[in-house]
Amino acid sequence: MNDRPTAAELLDAVERFLEESVVPALDGPARFHARVAANVVRIVAREIATEETHLAREWDGLSVLLGAEGEPPPDGRAALRESILARNEELARRIRAGDADSGVWRTALLAHLSRTIADKLDVAQPRKPPQAAHSEAKPSDAR
Amino acid sequence: MKGEDLAQRLAAFVAREEGVDAARVQVSNLRRMAGGASREIWSLDLEIEREGGAERLALVLRRDPPGRVGDGGDRALEFGVLRAAFAGGVPVPRVHWGSCDASLLGSPFFLMERIEGEALPRRLLRDERYAKARAGMAAELGAILARIHALDLRAADLAGLAAPPADRSPARAEVERVAAGIRELAAEPHPVLDLAERWLLQRAPEPARRTLVHGDYRVGNVLFDERGVRAILDWELVHAGDPLEDLGWLCTRAWRFGSPLPAGGVGTRDELVAGYEAASGCGVDREALRFWEAFGSYKLALVFITQSRVYLDGRVRSVELASLGRRTVEAEDELLRFLRGEA
Repeated sequence: MNDRPTAAELLDAVERFLEESVVPALDGPARFHARVAANVVRIVAREIATEETHLAREWDGLSVLLGAEGEPPPDGRAALRESILARNEELARRIRAGDADSGVWRTALLAHLSRTIADKLDVAQPRKPPQAAHSEAKPSDAR
Repeated sequence: MKGEDLAQRLAAFVAREEGVDAARVQVSNLRRMAGGASREIWSLDLEIEREGGAERLALVLRRDPPGRVGDGGDRALEFGVLRAAFAGGVPVPRVHWGSCDASLLGSPFFLMERIEGEALPRRLLRDERYAKARAGMAAELGAILARIHALDLRAADLAGLAAPPADRSPARAEVERVAAGIRELAAEPHPVLDLAERWLLQRAPEPARRTLVHGDYRVGNVLFDERGVRAILDWELVHAGDPLEDLGWLCTRAWRFGSPLPAGGVGTRDELVAGYEAASGCGVDREALRFWEAFGSYKLALVFITQSRVYLDGRVRSVELASLGRRTVEAEDELLRFLRGEA
Protein backbone atom coordinates (compact mmCIF):
# COMPACT_ATOMS: atom_id res chain seq x y z
CA MET A 1 0.00 0.00 0.00
CA ASN A 2 1.30 3.39 -1.00
CA ASP A 3 1.74 6.29 1.35
CA ARG A 4 -0.39 9.38 1.38
CA PRO A 5 -1.18 11.50 -0.49
CA THR A 6 -3.54 8.97 -2.02
CA ALA A 7 -4.04 8.82 -5.78
CA ALA A 8 -7.19 10.93 -5.35
CA GLU A 9 -5.30 13.54 -3.33
CA LEU A 10 -2.51 13.71 -5.91
CA LEU A 11 -4.99 14.14 -8.76
CA ASP A 12 -6.65 16.88 -6.77
CA ALA A 13 -3.29 18.67 -6.56
CA VAL A 14 -2.77 18.36 -10.33
CA GLU A 15 -6.29 19.56 -11.06
CA ARG A 16 -5.83 22.63 -8.81
CA PHE A 17 -2.49 23.42 -10.42
CA LEU A 18 -4.05 23.26 -13.90
CA GLU A 19 -7.11 25.34 -13.02
CA GLU A 20 -5.45 27.90 -10.73
CA SER A 21 -1.98 28.35 -12.23
CA VAL A 22 -1.86 27.02 -15.79
CA VAL A 23 -5.21 28.09 -17.26
CA PRO A 24 -4.93 31.78 -16.15
CA ALA A 25 -1.37 31.98 -17.51
CA LEU A 26 -2.34 30.86 -21.00
CA ASP A 27 -4.60 32.04 -23.77
CA GLY A 28 -6.01 30.74 -27.06
CA PRO A 29 -5.90 27.02 -27.85
CA ALA A 30 -3.37 26.27 -25.08
CA ARG A 31 -5.71 27.73 -22.46
CA PHE A 32 -8.57 25.67 -23.85
CA HIS A 33 -6.49 22.50 -23.78
CA ALA A 34 -5.37 23.17 -20.21
CA ARG A 35 -9.03 23.35 -19.18
CA VAL A 36 -9.74 20.11 -21.03
CA ALA A 37 -6.78 18.55 -19.20
CA ALA A 38 -8.16 19.68 -15.83
CA ASN A 39 -11.50 18.15 -16.78
CA VAL A 40 -9.79 14.90 -17.75
CA VAL A 41 -8.12 14.80 -14.31
CA ARG A 42 -11.56 15.17 -12.69
CA ILE A 43 -12.90 12.32 -14.84
CA VAL A 44 -10.07 10.05 -13.73
CA ALA A 45 -10.60 11.02 -10.09
CA ARG A 46 -14.31 10.18 -10.30
CA GLU A 47 -13.53 6.91 -12.06
CA ILE A 48 -11.12 5.87 -9.31
CA ALA A 49 -13.71 6.73 -6.66
CA THR A 50 -16.61 4.87 -8.29
CA GLU A 51 -15.19 2.09 -10.47
CA GLU A 52 -15.51 -0.72 -7.94
CA THR A 53 -19.21 -0.02 -7.36
CA HIS A 54 -19.93 0.55 -11.05
CA LEU A 55 -18.17 -2.63 -12.23
CA ALA A 56 -19.98 -4.72 -9.61
CA ARG A 57 -23.33 -3.28 -10.68
CA GLU A 58 -22.62 -3.86 -14.40
CA TRP A 59 -21.45 -7.44 -13.69
CA ASP A 60 -24.61 -8.20 -11.73
CA GLY A 61 -26.86 -6.73 -14.41
CA LEU A 62 -25.11 -8.73 -17.13
CA SER A 63 -25.38 -11.91 -15.03
CA VAL A 64 -29.16 -11.59 -14.89
CA LEU A 65 -29.52 -10.73 -18.58
CA LEU A 66 -27.27 -13.54 -19.79
CA GLY A 67 -28.65 -16.15 -17.39
CA ALA A 68 -25.33 -16.48 -15.57
CA GLU A 69 -26.51 -15.68 -12.06
CA GLY A 70 -24.46 -17.26 -9.32
CA GLU A 71 -21.28 -17.19 -11.37
CA PRO A 72 -18.77 -15.42 -9.10
CA PRO A 73 -17.02 -12.37 -10.52
CA PRO A 74 -13.35 -12.94 -11.41
CA ASP A 75 -10.70 -11.86 -8.89
CA GLY A 76 -8.96 -8.58 -9.52
CA ARG A 77 -10.16 -5.49 -11.27
CA ALA A 78 -8.35 -6.11 -14.58
CA ALA A 79 -9.88 -9.59 -14.88
CA LEU A 80 -13.30 -8.19 -13.99
CA ARG A 81 -13.02 -5.53 -16.71
CA GLU A 82 -12.03 -8.22 -19.26
CA SER A 83 -15.01 -10.40 -18.30
CA ILE A 84 -17.43 -7.48 -18.52
CA LEU A 85 -16.06 -6.65 -21.96
CA ALA A 86 -16.61 -10.27 -23.10
CA ARG A 87 -20.14 -10.24 -21.67
CA ASN A 88 -20.92 -6.98 -23.44
CA GLU A 89 -19.74 -8.57 -26.69
CA GLU A 90 -22.20 -11.39 -26.03
CA LEU A 91 -24.94 -8.87 -25.24
CA ALA A 92 -24.26 -7.00 -28.48
CA ARG A 93 -24.40 -10.28 -30.45
CA ARG A 94 -27.79 -11.13 -28.97
CA ILE A 95 -29.11 -7.63 -29.72
CA ARG A 96 -27.93 -7.91 -33.34
CA ALA A 97 -29.61 -11.34 -33.56
CA GLY A 98 -32.93 -9.66 -32.72
CA ASP A 99 -33.33 -11.06 -29.17
CA ALA A 100 -34.08 -7.59 -27.82
CA ASP A 101 -36.57 -6.49 -30.47
CA SER A 102 -39.49 -6.99 -28.09
CA GLY A 103 -40.63 -8.74 -24.94
CA VAL A 104 -39.53 -8.88 -21.31
CA TRP A 105 -35.86 -9.33 -22.16
CA ARG A 106 -35.92 -5.97 -23.96
CA THR A 107 -37.47 -4.33 -20.90
CA ALA A 108 -34.82 -5.83 -18.62
CA LEU A 109 -32.07 -4.89 -21.09
CA LEU A 110 -33.21 -1.26 -21.28
CA ALA A 111 -33.28 -1.05 -17.47
CA HIS A 112 -29.75 -2.49 -17.26
CA LEU A 113 -28.35 -0.22 -20.00
CA SER A 114 -30.01 2.81 -18.44
CA ARG A 115 -28.28 2.06 -15.12
CA THR A 116 -24.92 1.44 -16.77
CA ILE A 117 -25.07 4.58 -18.90
CA ALA A 118 -26.13 6.65 -15.86
CA ASP A 119 -23.07 5.35 -13.99
CA LYS A 120 -20.77 6.15 -16.92
CA LEU A 121 -22.34 9.59 -17.25
CA ASP A 122 -21.65 10.29 -13.57
CA VAL A 123 -17.96 9.67 -14.28
CA ALA A 124 -17.78 11.51 -17.60
CA GLN A 125 -19.85 14.54 -16.87
CA PRO A 126 -20.95 16.50 -13.89
CA ARG A 127 -19.17 19.34 -15.67
CA LYS A 128 -18.81 18.92 -19.41
CA PRO A 129 -15.58 19.90 -21.14
CA PRO A 130 -15.51 23.60 -21.87
CA GLN A 131 -16.55 24.70 -25.34
CA ALA A 132 -14.58 27.07 -27.53
CA ALA A 133 -15.11 28.40 -31.00
CA HIS A 134 -12.18 26.54 -32.48
CA SER A 135 -12.96 23.31 -30.78
CA GLU A 136 -16.39 21.87 -31.06
CA ALA A 137 -17.13 18.31 -31.94
CA LYS A 138 -17.49 18.41 -35.67
CA PRO A 139 -19.27 15.80 -37.69
CA SER A 140 -16.65 16.21 -40.41
CA ASP A 141 -14.76 13.12 -39.35
CA ALA A 142 -17.83 10.92 -39.37
CA ARG A 143 -18.56 11.43 -43.01
CA MET B 1 4.00 30.01 -46.32
CA LYS B 2 4.48 33.15 -44.21
CA GLY B 3 1.75 35.79 -43.93
CA GLU B 4 3.61 38.33 -46.09
CA ASP B 5 4.20 35.84 -48.87
CA LEU B 6 0.56 34.74 -48.68
CA ALA B 7 -0.61 38.36 -48.94
CA GLN B 8 1.54 38.95 -52.03
CA ARG B 9 0.34 35.78 -53.72
CA LEU B 10 -3.28 36.64 -52.98
CA ALA B 11 -2.87 40.13 -54.41
CA ALA B 12 -1.27 38.72 -57.58
CA PHE B 13 -4.06 36.15 -57.93
CA VAL B 14 -6.85 38.72 -57.56
CA ALA B 15 -5.08 41.08 -59.99
CA ARG B 16 -5.00 38.31 -62.63
CA GLU B 17 -8.65 37.40 -62.02
CA GLU B 18 -9.70 41.04 -62.34
CA GLY B 19 -7.39 41.79 -65.26
CA VAL B 20 -5.63 44.66 -63.51
CA ASP B 21 -1.98 45.41 -62.90
CA ALA B 22 -0.60 43.63 -59.80
CA ALA B 23 0.41 46.96 -58.28
CA ARG B 24 -3.25 47.97 -58.20
CA VAL B 25 -4.22 45.31 -55.67
CA GLN B 26 -3.28 45.67 -52.00
CA VAL B 27 -3.84 43.06 -49.27
CA SER B 28 -3.75 44.27 -45.67
CA ASN B 29 -4.62 43.11 -42.14
CA LEU B 30 -4.13 39.45 -43.06
CA ARG B 31 -4.50 37.30 -39.96
CA ARG B 32 -5.37 33.72 -39.15
CA MET B 33 -8.76 33.18 -37.51
CA ALA B 34 -9.89 30.29 -35.36
CA GLY B 35 -10.57 27.23 -37.46
CA GLY B 36 -10.53 23.48 -37.34
CA ALA B 37 -7.79 21.11 -38.37
CA SER B 38 -9.46 20.39 -41.70
CA ARG B 39 -9.37 23.97 -42.97
CA GLU B 40 -7.75 27.33 -42.49
CA ILE B 41 -9.63 30.60 -42.20
CA TRP B 42 -7.91 33.96 -42.65
CA SER B 43 -9.30 37.46 -42.40
CA LEU B 44 -8.03 40.18 -44.74
CA ASP B 45 -8.83 43.49 -46.35
CA LEU B 46 -8.38 43.98 -50.07
CA GLU B 47 -8.17 47.16 -52.08
CA ILE B 48 -8.39 47.26 -55.87
CA GLU B 49 -7.52 50.52 -57.62
CA ARG B 50 -9.93 50.85 -60.51
CA GLU B 51 -10.47 53.51 -63.13
CA GLY B 52 -13.34 55.07 -61.22
CA GLY B 53 -11.74 54.82 -57.78
CA ALA B 54 -10.69 52.32 -55.15
CA GLU B 55 -12.82 49.29 -54.32
CA ARG B 56 -12.41 48.05 -50.73
CA LEU B 57 -13.47 44.58 -49.71
CA ALA B 58 -13.53 42.93 -46.27
CA LEU B 59 -12.79 39.27 -47.01
CA VAL B 60 -12.31 35.81 -45.57
CA LEU B 61 -9.90 33.33 -47.12
CA ARG B 62 -10.88 29.70 -46.75
CA ARG B 63 -8.06 27.34 -47.57
CA ASP B 64 -7.23 23.66 -47.13
CA PRO B 65 -4.14 23.19 -44.98
CA PRO B 66 -1.33 22.73 -47.52
CA GLY B 67 -0.42 19.07 -47.92
CA ARG B 68 -3.73 17.77 -46.55
CA VAL B 69 -6.23 16.62 -49.09
CA GLY B 70 -9.76 15.39 -49.08
CA ASP B 71 -10.80 15.24 -45.43
CA GLY B 72 -12.47 18.62 -45.17
CA GLY B 73 -14.71 18.47 -48.19
CA ASP B 74 -14.22 19.79 -51.66
CA ARG B 75 -13.35 23.50 -51.83
CA ALA B 76 -14.53 23.88 -55.45
CA LEU B 77 -17.89 22.33 -54.62
CA GLU B 78 -18.21 24.48 -51.50
CA PHE B 79 -17.55 27.56 -53.65
CA GLY B 80 -20.27 26.49 -56.08
CA VAL B 81 -22.73 25.71 -53.29
CA LEU B 82 -22.17 29.11 -51.65
CA ARG B 83 -22.69 30.82 -55.00
CA ALA B 84 -25.93 28.89 -55.59
CA ALA B 85 -27.12 29.54 -52.03
CA PHE B 86 -26.41 33.28 -52.34
CA ALA B 87 -28.34 33.39 -55.62
CA GLY B 88 -31.20 31.50 -53.94
CA GLY B 89 -31.59 34.11 -51.18
CA VAL B 90 -29.90 32.10 -48.42
CA PRO B 91 -27.94 34.34 -46.02
CA VAL B 92 -24.37 33.29 -46.84
CA PRO B 93 -21.16 35.20 -47.49
CA ARG B 94 -20.86 36.23 -51.12
CA VAL B 95 -18.01 34.31 -52.77
CA HIS B 96 -15.62 36.33 -54.94
CA TRP B 97 -12.77 34.25 -56.32
CA GLY B 98 -11.36 30.75 -55.86
CA SER B 99 -9.03 28.21 -57.36
CA CYS B 100 -8.07 24.57 -57.03
CA ASP B 101 -4.63 25.26 -58.52
CA ALA B 102 -2.28 24.22 -55.70
CA SER B 103 0.61 26.17 -57.26
CA LEU B 104 -1.08 29.44 -56.23
CA LEU B 105 -1.35 29.12 -52.43
CA GLY B 106 -0.27 25.52 -51.85
CA SER B 107 -3.83 24.12 -51.71
CA PRO B 108 -7.37 24.83 -52.96
CA PHE B 109 -8.92 28.02 -51.58
CA PHE B 110 -11.54 30.67 -52.12
CA LEU B 111 -12.19 34.24 -51.03
CA MET B 112 -15.56 35.36 -49.71
CA GLU B 113 -17.18 38.38 -48.14
CA ARG B 114 -16.48 38.89 -44.42
CA ILE B 115 -19.74 39.26 -42.50
CA GLU B 116 -19.56 40.73 -39.02
CA GLY B 117 -21.28 38.76 -36.31
CA GLU B 118 -20.97 36.43 -33.36
CA ALA B 119 -20.68 32.66 -33.74
CA LEU B 120 -20.41 31.28 -30.20
CA PRO B 121 -23.60 29.31 -29.38
CA ARG B 122 -23.19 29.88 -25.64
CA ARG B 123 -23.32 33.65 -26.12
CA LEU B 124 -26.43 33.32 -28.28
CA LEU B 125 -28.10 31.11 -25.69
CA ARG B 126 -27.12 33.05 -22.55
CA ASP B 127 -26.38 36.74 -23.28
CA GLU B 128 -29.18 39.19 -22.59
CA ARG B 129 -28.23 41.27 -25.67
CA TYR B 130 -29.28 38.38 -27.92
CA ALA B 131 -32.65 37.78 -26.20
CA LYS B 132 -34.59 39.33 -29.08
CA ALA B 133 -32.60 37.44 -31.73
CA ARG B 134 -33.17 34.22 -29.81
CA ALA B 135 -36.92 34.71 -29.57
CA GLY B 136 -37.46 34.61 -33.33
CA MET B 137 -34.59 32.39 -34.32
CA ALA B 138 -36.22 28.94 -34.45
CA ALA B 139 -38.77 30.16 -37.00
CA GLU B 140 -36.06 32.12 -38.82
CA LEU B 141 -33.82 29.04 -39.04
CA GLY B 142 -36.79 27.07 -40.39
CA ALA B 143 -37.50 29.68 -43.07
CA ILE B 144 -33.82 29.81 -44.13
CA LEU B 145 -33.73 26.03 -44.33
CA ALA B 146 -36.75 26.14 -46.65
CA ARG B 147 -34.71 28.31 -49.03
CA ILE B 148 -31.72 25.98 -48.82
CA HIS B 149 -33.93 23.00 -49.65
CA ALA B 150 -35.45 24.88 -52.59
CA LEU B 151 -32.11 25.16 -54.42
CA ASP B 152 -32.12 23.35 -57.75
CA LEU B 153 -30.07 20.13 -57.47
CA ARG B 154 -29.55 20.15 -61.25
CA ALA B 155 -27.77 23.53 -61.23
CA ALA B 156 -24.24 23.43 -62.66
CA ASP B 157 -22.82 24.79 -59.38
CA LEU B 158 -24.17 21.75 -57.53
CA ALA B 159 -22.79 19.09 -59.88
CA GLY B 160 -20.65 16.60 -57.99
CA LEU B 161 -22.75 16.73 -54.83
CA ALA B 162 -22.63 13.51 -52.80
CA ALA B 163 -25.94 11.66 -53.01
CA PRO B 164 -27.36 8.59 -51.27
CA PRO B 165 -27.76 5.38 -53.29
CA ALA B 166 -30.91 5.38 -55.42
CA ASP B 167 -32.13 1.96 -54.22
CA ARG B 168 -32.58 2.94 -50.56
CA SER B 169 -34.03 5.86 -48.64
CA PRO B 170 -31.42 8.42 -47.56
CA ALA B 171 -32.41 7.64 -43.96
CA ARG B 172 -31.62 3.96 -44.32
CA ALA B 173 -28.39 4.64 -46.20
CA GLU B 174 -27.25 7.04 -43.47
CA VAL B 175 -27.97 4.56 -40.65
CA GLU B 176 -26.05 1.87 -42.52
CA ARG B 177 -23.12 4.21 -43.11
CA VAL B 178 -22.87 5.22 -39.45
CA ALA B 179 -23.33 1.60 -38.27
CA ALA B 180 -20.44 0.49 -40.49
CA GLY B 181 -18.28 3.30 -39.08
CA ILE B 182 -19.07 2.32 -35.49
CA ARG B 183 -18.27 -1.35 -36.17
CA GLU B 184 -14.98 -0.38 -37.77
CA LEU B 185 -13.80 2.16 -35.23
CA ALA B 186 -15.29 1.48 -31.79
CA ALA B 187 -12.70 0.21 -29.33
CA GLU B 188 -15.30 -1.72 -27.30
CA PRO B 189 -18.83 -3.16 -27.67
CA HIS B 190 -21.66 -0.61 -27.48
CA PRO B 191 -24.95 -2.46 -26.83
CA VAL B 192 -26.89 0.83 -26.75
CA LEU B 193 -25.69 1.68 -30.26
CA ASP B 194 -26.59 -1.80 -31.53
CA LEU B 195 -30.06 -1.37 -30.08
CA ALA B 196 -30.34 2.13 -31.54
CA GLU B 197 -29.33 0.86 -34.99
CA ARG B 198 -32.27 -1.58 -35.01
CA TRP B 199 -34.66 1.06 -33.69
CA LEU B 200 -33.56 3.49 -36.40
CA LEU B 201 -33.69 0.95 -39.23
CA GLN B 202 -37.27 0.05 -38.26
CA ARG B 203 -38.26 3.71 -38.45
CA ALA B 204 -36.18 4.94 -41.40
CA PRO B 205 -38.62 7.15 -43.33
CA GLU B 206 -39.04 7.40 -47.08
CA PRO B 207 -38.21 10.97 -48.04
CA ALA B 208 -41.10 13.20 -49.08
CA ARG B 209 -38.62 14.72 -51.55
CA ARG B 210 -34.90 14.74 -52.24
CA THR B 211 -33.18 18.09 -51.88
CA LEU B 212 -29.89 19.75 -51.14
CA VAL B 213 -29.03 19.09 -47.47
CA HIS B 214 -26.70 21.48 -45.62
CA GLY B 215 -25.39 18.56 -43.56
CA ASP B 216 -24.27 20.50 -40.48
CA TYR B 217 -27.18 22.84 -39.76
CA ARG B 218 -26.88 23.82 -36.09
CA VAL B 219 -26.47 27.02 -34.05
CA GLY B 220 -22.68 26.55 -33.95
CA ASN B 221 -22.64 27.23 -37.68
CA VAL B 222 -24.84 30.32 -37.53
CA LEU B 223 -23.36 33.81 -37.58
CA PHE B 224 -25.72 36.10 -35.66
CA ASP B 225 -26.11 39.54 -34.14
CA GLU B 226 -28.78 41.26 -32.03
CA ARG B 227 -31.20 41.22 -34.96
CA GLY B 228 -30.92 37.50 -35.70
CA VAL B 229 -29.22 35.31 -38.30
CA ARG B 230 -26.55 37.04 -40.42
CA ALA B 231 -25.18 34.00 -42.26
CA ILE B 232 -25.19 30.22 -42.42
CA LEU B 233 -21.62 28.92 -42.41
CA ASP B 234 -19.68 25.68 -42.85
CA TRP B 235 -21.08 24.06 -45.96
CA GLU B 236 -18.42 21.39 -46.23
CA LEU B 237 -20.81 18.50 -45.46
CA VAL B 238 -23.42 19.56 -48.02
CA HIS B 239 -25.04 16.67 -49.93
CA ALA B 240 -28.25 15.53 -51.58
CA GLY B 241 -30.73 13.68 -49.38
CA ASP B 242 -33.79 13.90 -47.13
CA PRO B 243 -34.41 17.55 -46.16
CA LEU B 244 -35.64 16.51 -42.71
CA GLU B 245 -32.07 15.50 -41.87
CA ASP B 246 -31.22 19.20 -41.41
CA LEU B 247 -34.22 19.84 -39.14
CA GLY B 248 -33.43 16.77 -37.02
CA TRP B 249 -29.74 17.67 -36.67
CA LEU B 250 -30.66 21.18 -35.49
CA CYS B 251 -32.82 19.58 -32.76
CA THR B 252 -30.19 17.04 -31.66
CA ARG B 253 -29.65 17.40 -27.92
CA ALA B 254 -25.92 18.14 -28.04
CA TRP B 255 -26.58 21.32 -30.03
CA ARG B 256 -28.88 22.72 -27.34
CA PHE B 257 -25.91 23.37 -25.04
CA GLY B 258 -27.96 22.60 -21.96
CA SER B 259 -30.95 24.74 -22.96
CA PRO B 260 -34.39 23.12 -22.44
CA LEU B 261 -35.48 24.36 -25.89
CA PRO B 262 -35.10 21.55 -28.46
CA ALA B 263 -34.60 23.56 -31.67
CA GLY B 264 -30.95 24.55 -31.38
CA GLY B 265 -31.50 25.69 -27.80
CA VAL B 266 -33.42 28.75 -29.07
CA GLY B 267 -36.97 27.56 -29.71
CA THR B 268 -39.53 24.79 -29.84
CA ARG B 269 -39.92 22.18 -32.56
CA ASP B 270 -43.31 23.72 -33.34
CA GLU B 271 -41.73 27.13 -34.00
CA LEU B 272 -39.05 25.60 -36.22
CA VAL B 273 -41.55 23.48 -38.16
CA ALA B 274 -44.02 26.37 -38.53
CA GLY B 275 -41.26 28.60 -39.94
CA TYR B 276 -40.19 25.85 -42.31
CA GLU B 277 -43.67 24.91 -43.49
CA ALA B 278 -44.73 28.50 -44.06
CA ALA B 279 -41.67 29.26 -46.16
CA SER B 280 -41.47 25.97 -48.07
CA GLY B 281 -45.10 25.05 -48.50
CA CYS B 282 -44.06 21.49 -47.61
CA GLY B 283 -45.51 19.73 -44.58
CA VAL B 284 -43.15 18.15 -42.06
CA ASP B 285 -43.83 14.54 -41.03
CA ARG B 286 -43.26 14.73 -37.26
CA GLU B 287 -42.48 11.01 -36.92
CA ALA B 288 -39.81 11.35 -39.60
CA LEU B 289 -38.45 14.41 -37.81
CA ARG B 290 -38.26 12.35 -34.60
CA PHE B 291 -36.27 9.71 -36.50
CA TRP B 292 -33.78 12.32 -37.76
CA GLU B 293 -33.44 13.85 -34.30
CA ALA B 294 -32.58 10.45 -32.82
CA PHE B 295 -30.29 9.75 -35.76
CA GLY B 296 -28.40 12.96 -34.88
CA SER B 297 -27.29 11.47 -31.56
CA TYR B 298 -26.44 8.18 -33.28
CA LYS B 299 -24.23 10.02 -35.76
CA LEU B 300 -22.69 12.03 -32.94
CA ALA B 301 -21.71 8.80 -31.17
CA LEU B 302 -19.69 7.95 -34.27
CA VAL B 303 -18.12 11.43 -34.24
CA PHE B 304 -16.89 10.90 -30.68
CA ILE B 305 -15.72 7.35 -31.42
CA THR B 306 -13.89 8.52 -34.54
CA GLN B 307 -12.17 11.38 -32.78
CA SER B 308 -10.99 9.31 -29.84
CA ARG B 309 -9.78 6.69 -32.35
CA VAL B 310 -7.50 9.30 -33.89
CA TYR B 311 -5.92 9.63 -30.44
CA LEU B 312 -5.87 5.88 -29.69
CA ASP B 313 -4.11 5.15 -32.98
CA GLY B 314 -1.46 7.71 -32.07
CA ARG B 315 -2.18 9.90 -35.08
CA VAL B 316 -2.82 13.05 -33.02
CA ARG B 317 -1.77 13.04 -29.37
CA SER B 318 -4.27 15.67 -28.30
CA VAL B 319 -5.81 15.71 -24.82
CA GLU B 320 -9.00 17.07 -26.37
CA LEU B 321 -9.37 14.16 -28.81
CA ALA B 322 -8.61 11.75 -25.97
CA SER B 323 -11.32 13.27 -23.78
CA LEU B 324 -13.97 13.03 -26.53
CA GLY B 325 -14.01 9.24 -26.19
CA ARG B 326 -15.73 9.78 -22.84
CA ARG B 327 -18.51 11.80 -24.47
CA THR B 328 -19.87 8.86 -26.48
CA VAL B 329 -21.92 8.07 -23.39
CA GLU B 330 -23.79 11.39 -23.72
CA ALA B 331 -25.08 10.35 -27.15
CA GLU B 332 -25.98 6.90 -25.77
CA ASP B 333 -27.85 8.51 -22.88
CA GLU B 334 -29.95 10.49 -25.36
CA LEU B 335 -30.56 7.44 -27.58
CA LEU B 336 -31.85 5.55 -24.53
CA ARG B 337 -34.51 8.26 -24.10
CA PHE B 338 -35.77 7.40 -27.59
CA LEU B 339 -35.47 3.65 -26.97
CA ARG B 340 -37.50 3.93 -23.75
CA GLY B 341 -40.10 5.99 -25.61
CA GLU B 342 -39.44 9.14 -23.55
CA ALA B 343 -38.20 11.37 -26.35
